[in-house]
Formats: sequence, structure tokens, C-alpha cells
Amino acid sequence: MDRLHMENVQKAFGANRVLDGIDLVIEPGQMVCLIGASGSGKSTLLRCMNLLEPIDDGRIVLGAQDISEPGLDPQPVRQRIGMVFQSYNLFPHMSAIENVMLAPRRIKSLSRDALRPEVTALFERFGLADRMEHYPDQLSGGQQQRVAIIRALAMRPEIMLFDEITSALDPELVAEVLDVLRSLRDDGMTMVLATHEMGFARELADVVCFLDQGRILEMGPPEQLFGAPKEARTKAFLSRVL
Amino acid sequence: MTTPTRRQAFEARQRRRATRIAAASTGAVILALITVIPLAPGWAAVKRSFFNAEVFAKTFPGLAQAFLMDVAIFLWCAPLIAALGLIVALMRDIRSPALYPLRLVAILYTDVFRGLPVILVIYLIGFGIPGLGLPRPWNSPYLWGSLALILVYAAYVAEVIRSGIESIHQSQRAAALSLGLSQTDTMRFVILPQALRRVVPANMNLFVALQKDVALLSFIGPVEIFRQAGVYKSLMANFTPYVGAAIIFLAITIPATRYADHLMNKQRKARS
Repeated sequence: MDRLHMENVQKAFGANRVLDGIDLVIEPGQMVCLIGASGSGKSTLLRCMNLLEPIDDGRIVLGAQDISEPGLDPQPVRQRIGMVFQSYNLFPHMSAIENVMLAPRRIKSLSRDALRPEVTALFERFGLADRMEHYPDQLSGGQQQRVAIIRALAMRPEIMLFDEITSALDPELVAEVLDVLRSLRDDGMTMVLATHEMGFARELADVVCFLDQGRILEMGPPEQLFGAPKEARTKAFLSRVL
Repeated sequence: MTTPTRRQAFEARQRRRATRIAAASTGAVILALITVIPLAPGWAAVKRSFFNAEVFAKTFPGLAQAFLMDVAIFLWCAPLIAALGLIVALMRDIRSPALYPLRLVAILYTDVFRGLPVILVIYLIGFGIPGLGLPRPWNSPYLWGSLALILVYAAYVAEVIRSGIESIHQSQRAAALSLGLSQTDTMRFVILPQALRRVVPANMNLFVALQKDVALLSFIGPVEIFRQAGVYKSLMANFTPYVGAAIIFLAITIPATRYADHLMNKQRKARS
């Protein structure tokens, strides 16, 4: 298990500086929550960690390897860092279990039969044993998002990134997805979440980072950041959302 | 059966009224056509040379027989068109600089063959290549005519497939890549299966057009239905065989187009 270390990460889309010097260390087993207004850079930061977006400057180091090296093959890195998206992004032409098995089958060259016990166990653990053969459009949003989490877990990643994974869900479905995160937390999974679920962040995060205009304006343990924020912007943001 | 609600009763009344009006107006139009057209001065001659029942009965079996040739040409062209179209569509997405020539070829190919009239390609290939003095069977107009159709239609199919690939949302690619899948696997297992499904109706329309354009091969030799109708016309000095050929074409193309439309509607509903 390696630590993920970001140093002065810069990213611009045209003239728009989305990440403006991010320094952040994610220790193994930690749960880090990124909070902040829409457009503050939370999603982009996660996409950079997963190498879906190349960074312009700075470094992202996983263990001893600089994974932000231009020209680096992103595949092995992505296999170690799983990601779940706000809009689930399940493959609509595959059943839930095929969605989950595709990556291990192709990348680890495992057969369906070899994968079935482990995958079935994941579906059972997250209460979806009777939904394995269903197609995404036959599942509720909460079920789809849980399948998306199982799909990422099936690659046995060391770190999981969650990009506002409850934001597209009806309020009554949010709890079932948060329960999954809670259970992963108990396993000691290293997790980074961009989230608007402040209650959840307060309850479970080791570190909460408040992002504003592409910078980490303030970070610390949740009781400090939520209980006694130092920066005026943090206070203003929290007073709007709490 | 429960009693209809006030709204249902109202809508049922509206529907019955709409049906009555549509039937009456259609009847009126047909009646007008039947009475007006025969008043034209040349009607008797047209009727004799285009709608001659006797000629129709005599030539129809022969035409149907000749149509089998159209079907055969269609059947061997269609799979080759589908395969070539797919290959060209994928070639246009090549990103590797070393393979850039392939991409260039694909771009030139689609530009050239979409830019030429089908009949011109059939003439150039169908007369040009056998003109090289190739031995049998390499001088067959069936072979080169089919190649012309394949080249033209594969260019269109490639564009349709490419539009399908581009219509798949970027988030699907991101999800596949985030799992660690390669670019190739992402295309093969995630993007392409969805893209191909999405362009089935558009491709069906192309294949209906292909079935009709097979008749163009008659200009370079093969005796298919259009050519056969021409032979009958000359023998009997009567145009009715062309009407017979038209009926045979419609018997195939109308159901096929209707089916494509049906698929397209279904897809639109599924996506909205």
C-alpha cells in the first residue's frame, strides 16, 4: 500500500485555472473528503489522480513513482486507483455482473468461472445478489451506483476515488450508497471523496479539505474544519450548506 | 370492463370522428383520380403500353426470376460492405503517428467514394478493370460491378458507424479507462457495441438503397431484373414489364424501410 502525494498540481482548461497549486498527501487507510462549491476543482483533482486528465505542472507521486510523468502508460496506475462517477457510467449493453467482470477478465486474463465466486461475494455483501443478471436500466439509481462501486472494487484497487457519487440520487437512495462507503471505511480502504454530504464527511473523514478556486484553502480533521474554520470563505461556504 | 371516464369517452368520440373524416377525404381523392385521369387524351395509349394485363402476366415470372440475380448480388455485397465499412470507420480513429498513412487512406477513400455518383464508379471499375485484358473469370462484370457497389456503400456505412462512435458519451470512455482497460479494449467492448446498435436503423436504410442500386449493374452487363425488363420491352413493344419490375422492388423495399423506421422510432422512444 503506497501513499499518494501531490505537489503543486496545476491544471488549466484554456484560460481557466482549475487547479492552482494543490499540495495534498493521502496516507494509506485514510479517508479524505474534498468539499467546496461547484467549479472549485474537486472533480478535476480526482480525475487528475486517476490520470483521466493530464496535469500541466507539479507532480503526483504514488509510492516512489511519479505517475504524472508525461508519456507514462496510465493503465497500470488506473488499475491501482479505482474511480466511481456521479452519473454511475455503467455500460448499458451489459448486465450488472458483466459490467463488473469485464476489466478483470481483460486485464487479469481471468475466466468468468474463476471470477464468479469473488464477484458474487461482492454483490452479496452490498445487497445486490438478486440483481446480478439485471441490466443497468432495470436498476434504481442507488443500485446502479452500488454496481459501479463493485465494478471498481473487482479490480482490487489500493485507492478508491468517489466523485460526488450521491449527487444524482433521490434523497431516499443516498443512504444505501453511503452505507457501502461506511463498510469500505471499516475495511480500511484508502478513499478520496468529492462530496456535498457534509454530515457524512464529518462523521467518517480523517481529513477534510475545503477547495476554493483551485486551491486547498483550508484542511484538517473534520471537527476542526467544521467546528472552528479559520478562513472567512470556509465559514461562508459552511454557513450556506450546513 | 369498467365504465370509461369522462376523458376516455371524450377521446374515443374524437378518435371516431377523426377516422370518419380521414376515410371520407381519402375516398374523395381516389374517386377524383379514377374519374379524372382517364379523361386525359393519351390515357388509352398509356393504359395499353404500361398497364397491359396480358403482358404483365406473361413477363412477371421471368422478371421475378431475374430479380433473384439482384438478390444474389445484394447478398454477397452486403456482408463485405459491412466489414469494409467497419474497418474504414476504425481506421479513421487511429491515433498512432506510425499508422497515419492508414488514417489518411481512410479519409481519402470516404471522401472520394461519397463524392462520386454510383453509376460513374460502376462504369469506371466495371469497364476499366476488365479493359486490362484479364483472363476469365477475372473479366466478369459481376465481379467488378459488385466491387464498385461495395466500395461506394462501404464509404457511407463507414461514415454512419463513425457518427455512431462519436455519439457515445465521453463518460463511457472515462469509465472504461478508469478501470484500467486499454484504448483498444475500451473501443471493442464498450464503445463499439453501443455505437453499432445505435446505427442499425441508419444502416438499414443504406442497405435498402443498395438493393435498388444493384439494378445499376445492368448498364455493364449482368442480366438482372432491370435488364430483363428492357429485353421484354423490346420483344413485346410494351412498357408493362417496367411496371412489373417496379412492383417487385417495392414488395421488398417498402417492408424493409418500414421496419427501419419502426426500429428508429423505438430507439428514439427508448432514449427519451
